[in-house]
Amino acid sequence: MSCNRAASVWRLAVKYSICKRSSRPRPASQEPVTLGPEAHKSAQGFSASSIGMPRKKARQSDGGATASAYVKSEDEGDDDAQPEPTDRPTLPHHLQVQHDYMVAGEHLNYNTSTVTSALAYLGLGIDNQWDLDEFKRAFRAEVAWISKDTATSEEDMEFDLQGIDPAIANAFRRILLAEVPTMAIEHVFIINNTSIIPDEMLAHRLGLIPIKADAALFQENAAADVGTENNCIIFKLKADCKKRVPSGTIVNDSVFSRQLVWLPKGSEIPDETKCKFSGTQHSLMPEGCAPVHDDILIAKLRPGQGFEVECVATKGNGAEHAKWSPVATAWYRLLPEVALLDDITGADAEELAEKLPGLFTLDKSGAAVVGSARDFPQLHEKVRALANEERWRDRMQLRKRKDHFIFTVQSTGILPPDELFIRSVDELSAKCGRLLERL
Amino acid sequence: MVTTTTAAASSSDAQEPSSETFMLENEDHTLANALRFFLNKNPHVEFCGYSSPHPADDVVNVRIQTTGEISAAEALRQACRSCQEVCAHVNTCFKDAVARKHASMSQ
Repeated sequence: MSCNRAASVWRLAVKYSICKRSSRPRPASQEPVTLGPEAHKSAQGFSASSIGMPRKKARQSDGGATASAYVKSEDEGDDDAQPEPTDRPTLPHHLQVQHDYMVAGEHLNYNTSTVTSALAYLGLGIDNQWDLDEFKRAFRAEVAWISKDTATSEEDMEFDLQGIDPAIANAFRRILLAEVPTMAIEHVFIINNTSIIPDEMLAHRLGLIPIKADAALFQENAAADVGTENNCIIFKLKADCKKRVPSGTIVNDSVFSRQLVWLPKGSEIPDETKCKFSGTQHSLMPEGCAPVHDDILIAKLRPGQGFEVECVATKGNGAEHAKWSPVATAWYRLLPEVALLDDITGADAEELAEKLPGLFTLDKSGAAVVGSARDFPQLHEKVRALANEERWRDRMQLRKRKDHFIFTVQSTGILPPDELFIRSVDELSAKCGRLLERL
Repeated sequence: MVTTTTAAASSSDAQEPSSETFMLENEDHTLANALRFFLNKNPHVEFCGYSSPHPADDVVNVRIQTTGEISAAEALRQACRSCQEVCAHVNTCFKDAVARKHASMSQ
């Protein structure tokens, strides 16, 4: 027993000495850096030659609209950045890198989790508790691009959110997919169907057609019994395929979404649909109501076939059925960075510039300069493979900033993507509000 | 929406318990994970975690144990308020960013 204790004391002593050694003053290039969102931007500890992307140089090699937009935000950040108070306790360099970056290893990624415990760095005298002012200082939103396809009226958007935790960013993403309400066809009343498409399949196909209507104007049809002008939109669709007698041409053999006719005065078969409007919907939707796309193929018919249906669109969200999801998809990725851990010069630098064209360039002295990894996504896997080879292992790294999210939102065209994101943010806030009311 | 089960013998109105499990109905990982983040960032919270009892149940259980300075319910209230403040800030910053982008696109 005493022997064991002696052994453990000895082990502790060894551990202690290791700790002491690692906390010795470092060379100037590896000074501990200030904890805080601006830390990676403040020059000390991340000098271009040691660790971190040489940002000034990276900027020179940037090109294209996306890159310039992103770099602009960085410049603004640099202007805003105040010198950090020197008396603030700082995280040791290796912990700061773990705090900020996920590292892409050969078979798996390292440091993937974020440090959220308030007391995580208590032993170092560093406070990690929630601080709204700190968040506001660090947070940045920047739109990379907005594209609008005029032919289909679909809109896509890419934007950056910096200085935010994945728990919040993921909540926004999940709400975008599943909890921003839209209008979609939910009930289809089949008056006649002589086509080869079964009733239920026809109803399903109609349900998936995006309807250009702002769901904020409508109420949820919670009771699901009576439809009114405030909780549903009604369309009718009548298609009959015929063969013209003398010419033999077939008309109406393809039924498109443009043939859906909006019924602003309500259902024509109110006893069946249980939708009774007390007025018209013209005041609600003065520009009318129609599918987002007019060329969605609903059915193919042969002469003599046809169908007549009435469709009731109701308000819902993607959690219930994907047809109510306002996005084709919405996702985020982390900002990639290629870090030089060492000066790479001479033949090695030339080899990198050749293997990773564009991403690596040579400066006047022949040293390797790394550009913006974001602009070379096709090279990321190559960098990952190279960086895990024995030769380059300690010299470069593919890594990703854990608090920098690049969101891409592809709208179905019902609402513009920026409006969708705003609604998802407001919905998270509303969720908290509803919970607060009950506490 | 919220029902609570208390580890302590009884919860009187005068004093809220420091350890509670909150059942959030009609909520999922979206809200629970966001709240867990803010709760973990609170130094008065000793433990916080959540679970979804079954994927088909539309409910999450959020367990909060505090060090005693504040009640579990108060910690949850603070987390909700922090989340709302973050949402408000993200909202304004994002609107500014979109306006900046539209301005630069129209030039």
